[in-house]
Amino acid sequence: MTEIFWLIPFVPALSTLILAVFGRILPKKWVSFQACFSVFVSFVIAVFSFIGLLQTSHDKVPLIKTLFSWIRAGSFEANLSLQLDSLSAVMALVVSGVGFIIHVYSVGYMAEDEGYKRYFTYLNLFTFAMLLLVMASNLVLMFIGWEGVGLCSYLLIGFWFEKHSAANAGKKAFIVNRIGDAGFLLGIFFTLILIGSFEFTAINEAISGGVLAQGAATLIAILFFVGATGKSAQIPLYVWLPDAMEGPTPVSALIHAATMVTAGVYMVSRLNLLYTFSGAAAQIVAIVGALTAVYAATMALTQNDIKRVLAYSTISQIGYMFIGCGVGAFAAGMFHLYTHAFFKSLLFLAAGSVMHALSGELNMQKMGGLRKYLPLTYPTFLIGAIAIAGIPFFSGFFSKDAILSQAFAQGQYFVWVLGLMGAIMTAFYMFRLIFLTFYGRERLEPEAKRHLHESPPMMTVPLVILAFFSVVAGYVGLPIVLGKNVNLFDRFLEPVIKVSHEPHLTLGTEWLLILVSVAVALFGIYLAYLFYLKNPQIPHNLVARFPFIYKLLYNKYYVDEIYDAAFVNTTVKGSELIYDHFDLKVIDGVLDGTASATNFSGKIMAYLQSGLLKDYALVFLFGAILFLGYLLLF
Amino acid sequence: MIPLSYFLGLSIVLFVLGAVAFFVKKDLITMFMSIEIMFNAGNLAFITLARAANSLDGQVIVFFIITVAAAEAAVGLAIILLIFRQKKTIKSEDMRLMKG
Repeated sequence: MTEIFWLIPFVPALSTLILAVFGRILPKKWVSFQACFSVFVSFVIAVFSFIGLLQTSHDKVPLIKTLFSWIRAGSFEANLSLQLDSLSAVMALVVSGVGFIIHVYSVGYMAEDEGYKRYFTYLNLFTFAMLLLVMASNLVLMFIGWEGVGLCSYLLIGFWFEKHSAANAGKKAFIVNRIGDAGFLLGIFFTLILIGSFEFTAINEAISGGVLAQGAATLIAILFFVGATGKSAQIPLYVWLPDAMEGPTPVSALIHAATMVTAGVYMVSRLNLLYTFSGAAAQIVAIVGALTAVYAATMALTQNDIKRVLAYSTISQIGYMFIGCGVGAFAAGMFHLYTHAFFKSLLFLAAGSVMHALSGELNMQKMGGLRKYLPLTYPTFLIGAIAIAGIPFFSGFFSKDAILSQAFAQGQYFVWVLGLMGAIMTAFYMFRLIFLTFYGRERLEPEAKRHLHESPPMMTVPLVILAFFSVVAGYVGLPIVLGKNVNLFDRFLEPVIKVSHEPHLTLGTEWLLILVSVAVALFGIYLAYLFYLKNPQIPHNLVARFPFIYKLLYNKYYVDEIYDAAFVNTTVKGSELIYDHFDLKVIDGVLDGTASATNFSGKIMAYLQSGLLKDYALVFLFGAILFLGYLLLF
Repeated sequence: MIPLSYFLGLSIVLFVLGAVAFFVKKDLITMFMSIEIMFNAGNLAFITLARAANSLDGQVIVFFIITVAAAEAAVGLAIILLIFRQKKTIKSEDMRLMKG
């Protein structure tokens, strides 16, 4: 079945088309079935393609299927062609697999919503665009997918568009992404000028063949990374992601945690040769990733909205993925992407289940003591939190440790220290969330308490499946201390991501690094325990002692306000100024002037038209005389 | 033999009389008649010069002009009649509908 791998994106595309055209007349049950089934078919094809890929010899990879030549102009050529290699296979599996689980969960979560059919149309469209993004064999097609997922993100954030904040959040996401996309587009143009082809294979050949100067490579790599900071919510373009939580929770899980926001990491890994060759660009990626990892984590510390904590956590975790890419450990970055997809979508879906149980309550200060009411949501949430905190034997531990030990091995101690600081905070805010939500005194609203119930199986079964993967997904990438070739994930990705042969750390150092990261995670959890269970007065005392820091964090460093003042307001004010002075005066003046000049000349000419027969005859006579005179004289 | 210039002179005199009458007279019928006079001045010049040049072309053209003038006179008089029915006047100064 490997030959039909190119069908993977097109099954959801077909489903989208049917839903968009016939959605109104199809029964609700059929819509649910079709939407889930189409993604499931993609997943099955992806699994078979994956198996087929394991049996294909390395020199035949990547498998490329050119469907047709899309744009051709001179030497410029862009094909509609898809490729299958280990990197796109991993991504296709994650996108279709997690996507399928979230489709199923949505059937339960959105059951009561009026826009049910519209929701599934968008969700299918998103799956198509994301699969196109990861399977495209050239930059232009990748850009189509890149824009497609951006569009779906906008549509789904603003899904409840009658709510003003949701409509605004959608616009914000779209505009902020547009800034990143401008960088991406410029990168594509420079690639065309300097390399002359969009195909990833040709780009890689050009880099290995030394066609590209190092400065040019850095320029292109940085422009692409600008695109990545927009889509993957890194400093300075991260501001849209927390607001994106206005959308339905399954959307936050699928698009704004598991798949779309990791597109930037995928793109950097796809162009790993470019970043390795440039060096400087990779360093920038690592530093931006590390700064984002810490910065976003600090903002998560004080938030009370359960989904916003998870949103900042997503930004922070994507920062870790970029650390991996930046220090040259692209495989480790991809590994974290893959484990993160499971535990973060689990956390979001579990948060959605909590909201569902509490009739839409988001504020953690109004929860507490929920663990006995939610017997399935609580343990799955706990598993997700343990996985993200980096406790051994859960998936997040393996991937985060791989990134941090690689950072250390490459001598990037600054990045490594930032990563550890982020890890403490990750453990702290995740367990703060757990303790505030599931432990302690019940602080529920009486109204919410009456309706309190565990979610239906349509929602809890996906939680259990994701919890299972949050535990076991890490075992395909065991650390080197357990043996030379136990990291199956790295070995599988090797055809695309060459493992660098830098001097490895000694086993003793590796063990030490693992111990440090475990200690850090446990310390964070202990702090959360101390603050929110043992002695709940501590946070209040801290707030009282450092009101400035608390306010700064609680208000997210006032970045939204700064951006508003610096960019949004100046743009709006400038536009108004131009409207008042240029549009109204210059453009309207020119148009009105032309009209009144025509009017005036018409009035002058009207004097000639007296309406008297004799005047006309006189003019005629003079004309005839002049004409005859001319004939006679010349 | 009457010299050529006599014929041409008569033609010019007739034409100028017609033109002057056209601008001086006020009622449409008279103006119409002066147009006919100018026509015939032209006809006379055509025939004279055709005879002098010993060619039939000019004489043929005159037949055409007489035919067209007859048709035109019928149409013109009908128009004037209709105008009179509507406006109860045939003074050209009273008709200024086309004033811009």
